[in-house]
Amino acid sequence: MQRPDPDELLKNLHAETHSRGKLKIFLGYAAGVGKTYAMLQAAHQRREQGIDLVVGYIETHKRKETEELAQGLEVLPRKQVEYRGATLPEMDVDAVLARDPKIVLVDEFAHTNAPGSRHPKRYQDVQEILDAGIDVYTTLNIQHLESLNDVVAQVTGVVVKETVPDSVIDQAAEIEVIDLPPDELVTRLKEGKVYIPEQASRAIEKFFRKGNLTALREMALRRAAERVDNQMRAYMQTRAIPGPWAATERLLVCVSPSPLSERLVRTTRRLSEELNAEWFALYVETSQATSMSEAKRERVSKILQLAEDLGARAHTVTSSSSMESVSQTVMDFARKNNVTKIVAGKPLRPRWQEILRGSLVDQLIHKSVDIDVYVVASADIPSLPADENPFKLHSPLIKYAWSVFLVALATVPGFLIGGRLEPTNLIMVYLLAVVIAAIYLGRGPAILASLLGVLAFDYLFIIPYSSFEVSDTQYIITFIALFFVGVVISQLAARASEQAETARQREAETAELYDLSRDLASSADMESILKQFRKHLEQTFNRTIVVLLSNENRLEVKTNSDSLNLSAEEIAVADWVYRHAEPAGRFTNTLPAAELRYLPLKTARGVVGVLGAGKPSESNLDLTPAQRRLMEAFANQGAQAIERALLEEQTQKISLLQSAEKLQNALLNSVSHDLRTPLVSITGALTALDEDEVSLDEASRNALVENARDEAERLNRLVGNLLNMTRIESGAVKLKMEPCDAQDLFGTAIEQLGRRASQRQININVPADFPLVQMDFTLMVQVMVNLLENALKYSPEDASIDISASVADSKARFHIADRGVGIPSDDLARVFDKLYRAQLPEGVPGTGLGLSISKSLVETHGGTIRALNRAGGGAIFEVELPLGI
Amino acid sequence: MTQTNQRILVVDDETPIRRYLRAALTAQGFTVYEASDGNEALQAVLSHRPDMVILDLGLPDIDGIEVTKRLREWSQTPIIILSVHEAENDKIAALDAGADDYLTKPFGTGELLARMRVVQRRQITNADEPVFQAGALKMDISRRLVTLDGEEIALTPTEYDLLKTLITHAGKVITHRQLLKMVWGEGYDDMHILRVNISNLRRKIEPDAARPTYLVTEAGVGYRLRVNS
Repeated sequence: MQRPDPDELLKNLHAETHSRGKLKIFLGYAAGVGKTYAMLQAAHQRREQGIDLVVGYIETHKRKETEELAQGLEVLPRKQVEYRGATLPEMDVDAVLARDPKIVLVDEFAHTNAPGSRHPKRYQDVQEILDAGIDVYTTLNIQHLESLNDVVAQVTGVVVKETVPDSVIDQAAEIEVIDLPPDELVTRLKEGKVYIPEQASRAIEKFFRKGNLTALREMALRRAAERVDNQMRAYMQTRAIPGPWAATERLLVCVSPSPLSERLVRTTRRLSEELNAEWFALYVETSQATSMSEAKRERVSKILQLAEDLGARAHTVTSSSSMESVSQTVMDFARKNNVTKIVAGKPLRPRWQEILRGSLVDQLIHKSVDIDVYVVASADIPSLPADENPFKLHSPLIKYAWSVFLVALATVPGFLIGGRLEPTNLIMVYLLAVVIAAIYLGRGPAILASLLGVLAFDYLFIIPYSSFEVSDTQYIITFIALFFVGVVISQLAARASEQAETARQREAETAELYDLSRDLASSADMESILKQFRKHLEQTFNRTIVVLLSNENRLEVKTNSDSLNLSAEEIAVADWVYRHAEPAGRFTNTLPAAELRYLPLKTARGVVGVLGAGKPSESNLDLTPAQRRLMEAFANQGAQAIERALLEEQTQKISLLQSAEKLQNALLNSVSHDLRTPLVSITGALTALDEDEVSLDEASRNALVENARDEAERLNRLVGNLLNMTRIESGAVKLKMEPCDAQDLFGTAIEQLGRRASQRQININVPADFPLVQMDFTLMVQVMVNLLENALKYSPEDASIDISASVADSKARFHIADRGVGIPSDDLARVFDKLYRAQLPEGVPGTGLGLSISKSLVETHGGTIRALNRAGGGAIFEVELPLGI
Repeated sequence: MTQTNQRILVVDDETPIRRYLRAALTAQGFTVYEASDGNEALQAVLSHRPDMVILDLGLPDIDGIEVTKRLREWSQTPIIILSVHEAENDKIAALDAGADDYLTKPFGTGELLARMRVVQRRQITNADEPVFQAGALKMDISRRLVTLDGEEIALTPTEYDLLKTLITHAGKVITHRQLLKMVWGEGYDDMHILRVNISNLRRKIEPDAARPTYLVTEAGVGYRLRVNS
């Protein structure tokens, strides 16, 4: 009994339950077969079943039956896109998303949107709609399928520009083929049911020939059949029905800037389809790539993009430029990815070059032990564009001049000592010149040097002199040897320097990444992380940089290069990137009209923000693949650092909240206790006075009243403290700074303490010349009341309290000193903590709020407060306020 | 000290406070009228013609400062403001608007009666008394002479003016602004000069300058020359 493969099950389950919308394609082989009509019919059926269905975009081509059928359906208004004075109607993606129906009809899947739209292609709009969980019905003609693009061109002679990646079609939940025999289609065409008559006759001549139609029809049907086959296999796999499918094949296609590559990619796609195999597209970037023309680079990235559109996984790897190392790199990649078949192009070079320099295909075949190599023929591939002229000089002219000079220099010793040496020894001097040229000047100059060397040697030192004739045939060998040594050494030297260059570049990249990660790791907070991140990006890529992070689900610019200001449109693009976790903007397929290129800052937990890179300062070019990769690596590092900072912030917030909650609970307990205690005395006194039965003597009555009054005062102070604390914590305290007299300050505080202070000995010592101090008088009185109350509370009744003022370090310093028990030295700093209370045997009343409030108030004044132990016993509270202004 | 026929209007939106004031003041022989908001208060002043208004600053409709301003447009009836500790600016505004004195909640009945007496006395004998005496401090305005325990005290002209101003308003709080205006004249706004002069004056007239007996600071509001009661 074979059990179903769990991975396969999961894959199918995923496809079934994922909230993504389902795509249904009405596939036809030519215009006029009735796709739109069939789609509308299906729509009416769904509607009758009570399904919420709207028309997102429909093109009736003024066909009567179609127009009639479109009536009765809810049609969303189109978006009018302004482009060069004309308004082009396009589907309004946002309207569809906002309307959120169950099914939306979108005609002409392969349509190219007007420039300035969100996506260049309509199928990309559809992707977004599907992502939002809305089902889509759409129509497509077979010739728009990317992988069939070249075949269609071959068969019909018409190159279709609007194409849809095969991968998108593969995602479709359903494909319905709308078939019509070609004869009938031609009849319909002639009847004017497809195009208006004059257009129709032209169309019949050009495209709607019966041969073409039959071929297209076959393609459509075959494609649908392949799909049915795939579904059958999938079904068999989930049900564990043993089937005759082969072990999983993996294909690899090697691409280059060559025009053949596009064909290779399409061929591989078809092959993979037949084999039901996964496939890779690989581009080996050699060190020569740095000197590669812009057009070539562009072509490579286009080809890789095409491969991805066709469902491949595109990769770029680097290697040094020798054929040997390129083939080795390809094989390494193939083995690492368990590739079973490699597709390569037949060499375009003439046979003699191939024999001389070897070919990649030969190398691959040689190295592939267990991997099949498919060599794809090239029919009539256009010759290479002019900029790839093989006769282009390899080095600047000046280097060739140098090599001539080197040969001339080598001739000098021959003239000086020529007579005394054998010519074979003189050749060594030329060999030296060739070696020097090879190492320092490059391949071309080295070959020139060896040629010139041979000629000069022959002309000057070989009998007969002053002629290029050679009498002794043995010198032929010398010539050939000299020539070959020059070529070989220059090759070796060139490769060595190229390898060194590649290594240097890689090292530079690694160093840059290392620098970044080191600086990010050493940055403590978000601000410095972002600053470092931006700085490194600017330096490495020489572009303007912006980093956006999400704040309450909205993206905000957190750091940007000085010259860069993001418009609302740009931020909308960044927002798209943030929500879809995919790159967008300039040089991408999404919103390419944007100024900047945006990369999501992704981590394992999701997108933390968006990185935007602007134009480089000197040119308007896209990043090279290597730069792109490096930037992605940068983005990864940055994203991780940012996430780390975010998590840290969160943890801090949580722990702050927790401690705040704890404090609040403790405070509530303490406050409710302290509020009730005075009320007990007050209520007690009042009821005692109220009740007639209890006869109280005058003294007891007075004692009761006095106690109640004291307690009421205490309650009032407590409420005052609580109010102040609330105001301080909510930041509502506004200081009214005035020059104030210290003596007045102490006097008023004592006055406010009332009877409790008047019963005690309080000494005030303020020097006569003590300056006025800037403070909020009322609040500072509050501080003094709290400090004095504290001193009264913690010292014996008969001990005096000493208040003094002095000037120290251009600060006003106030001391409130008592002769109480003092403070344990461990607690000196903690006494100002909320709810701290010194351990006292007998219950001293108070919430422990007074000192904490005093500290806040003093600090709001820009001053400091601290507790000290007094020499000879007791505590000193020291307040320092800034003098001046 | 029982007073008769004196009509007092108590304005407060808190019923318990009105009830307490009615009980305390009726016991002293006052006739008490009540109002619970600003509009009612203005009506009551018109209809009852009280001899004094005790006015809470925090009223539900028009605030006490505004009530004071409106009353002062046509009436010189003495006003004593009731306010909480934190609202210094409101107290100053009400005093500057023409209120005669203030009390900070919570207050004792004795304190209230003392304030009322001061305000009442000033109302009856508004004429300058040539000689003032508070404890050991004595000031003879006609002779420009200040003595403490019979010994003459040398005051600078500014200190003399300051003391004179406080003495002519003895027992009543005077805001910083009012003092500056009365002693230094209009447009003077220098707290520094006021503090320095008060401090100097205290050194000269107070037995213990740090714990003044005569010249009392009303924190955040102003000063008051205390009359012993």
